[in-house]
Amino acid sequence: MKDAMPQLATDEGRPVADTLAQSPLAIRGMTVSYGEEPAIFSIDLTAEPGAMTAIIGPNGAGKSTLLKAALGIVRPLSGRATVFGKPLAKQRARIAYVPQRASVDWDFPTTVMDVALMGLSRELGLLRPVRARHVTRALACLDRVGMADFADRQIGQLSGGQQQRVFLARALAQDAELYLLDEPFAGVDAATERAIIVVLKELRAEGRTVVAVHHDLSTVAQYFDNVFLINRRKIAEGSVETAFTAANLQEAYGGRLATGQIDQLVLGTV
Amino acid sequence: MIGAEFMALSLPPLLIGTFAAIACALPGNFLVLRRQALIGDAISHVVLPGIVVAFLVTGRIGTWPMMLGAAGAALIAVGLIELIRRLGRVDAGAAMGVTFTAMFAGGVLLLEQSDTSSVHLDVQHALYGNLESLIWLEAAGWESLLDPVALASLPPELTRITVTLVAVVAFIRLLWRPLKISTFDEGFARAQGVPATILGLALVVTAASAAVAAFDAVGSIIVIAMFICPPAAARLMTERLEAQIWWSVAFACLSAVLGYVLAGYGPLWLGGQNSVSAAGMIATVSGMILAATALFAPHRKAS
Repeated sequence: MKDAMPQLATDEGRPVADTLAQSPLAIRGMTVSYGEEPAIFSIDLTAEPGAMTAIIGPNGAGKSTLLKAALGIVRPLSGRATVFGKPLAKQRARIAYVPQRASVDWDFPTTVMDVALMGLSRELGLLRPVRARHVTRALACLDRVGMADFADRQIGQLSGGQQQRVFLARALAQDAELYLLDEPFAGVDAATERAIIVVLKELRAEGRTVVAVHHDLSTVAQYFDNVFLINRRKIAEGSVETAFTAANLQEAYGGRLATGQIDQLVLGTV
Repeated sequence: MIGAEFMALSLPPLLIGTFAAIACALPGNFLVLRRQALIGDAISHVVLPGIVVAFLVTGRIGTWPMMLGAAGAALIAVGLIELIRRLGRVDAGAAMGVTFTAMFAGGVLLLEQSDTSSVHLDVQHALYGNLESLIWLEAAGWESLLDPVALASLPPELTRITVTLVAVVAFIRLLWRPLKISTFDEGFARAQGVPATILGLALVVTAASAAVAAFDAVGSIIVIAMFICPPAAARLMTERLEAQIWWSVAFACLSAVLGYVLAGYGPLWLGGQNSVSAAGMIATVSGMILAATALFAPHRKAS
């Protein structure tokens, strides 16, 4: 399938077979189109185990689409994703996904505890009753993001930052090995941003893999180990030191970032 | 003996009205939360030509021909919408609007042109149903409930709507968790492996089955009202989906019973002569409940 696509993404020439088998998330030749123009085109991505990777690129670059395609939420025209070397369908229990906060209706009649319990839904199945131990686990996850006191609140009564933390708690309840987050810091307060990054770094310390769509270039070097630059096509992939460069940013963002801005961002990382 | 008269004349319509209201209100909760509430409206319009054609082909009103005709009409509607959307380059909402109204109009035309005088199928039936005529002639009193011969003469609409209600309840109970999760956060549900597309389709099919079964007995007015009014009113009473479901069932029952009683006796109390359409009154009561909750319920939106 990939052979049919023109090879526009750069190939690092790394031993593909090895990384495919080991990588928590390996995407190959992924192309997604919503209309006539492809939203993402022939994307290859290989997430490093136990590391934090930021997917960055300008608005409309296809960052969220890439995550959704990797999770099978949108159907790609071509390409595939493997999770720990196996097809996605058999690995769902090893993945936790935090969608964009704005993608759901927070007016939905449900409580903070209920949302956290949704993280246990694979374990609960269709009809198994929620037991005290499930509630205890969900509460522990809420506690980890500082939301345990809000367990009985309706989710619409929370601030944006609190809602984002509840989403993270739901993902924590999944106890996954691979965490995929879509803009976890978008529109949250400073305290929430700190709370979230602390939890993500804890996950990394536990050997779990984090891949997050990230929009704030000024914090990339501070928060993440690796970057994946995308603007519909893959621009670059690698450690912050090697891939988060002025040339790559210039290519990804084009004229949208002033040269002075880019210098500041990149120099700040050295 | 008031028992016998009640059993024969009022119990079947009350039960059918109540069951139809609940069967529509239950899936309506999810449709309203998914912003698909008008699908109920659409379904009840689209199925009319299917039911009429099924009648013209088989010459009778039976459960299976009706269901098949309705399902066929729904399929044609989906195809037409897609066709209009592609060829006409208009958005899905416009294509749906054109299709549903056109198919309903087609159904009405068919009805007027065909000889349906032998059965109770006409335009008014399509809108208001024939709730008042669903009587149980064999009923002699409460003891008839235990008499197999008398039970056999219960209106067939009652059996249909009861079976449909049981199926609707089973669907929602069994698939409660995936329904709830995919209604709240479809992306997360899909990432968890919930087949959200199939589930969404199953919900619409369930709603359509309830609509068709209810349509036969109580007409499209109640179907439209019950998909939307009890769930919308229930949402204003609580912040929990589980409680919302129960409130919607309570409001559906209240609408059906109160509406039926008011239709039968309301005009007399006001000094009038005739009773009014039960279906119309049930829909009116459900609308009044929604208005009351919008004004006084505990969980109205702040602004």
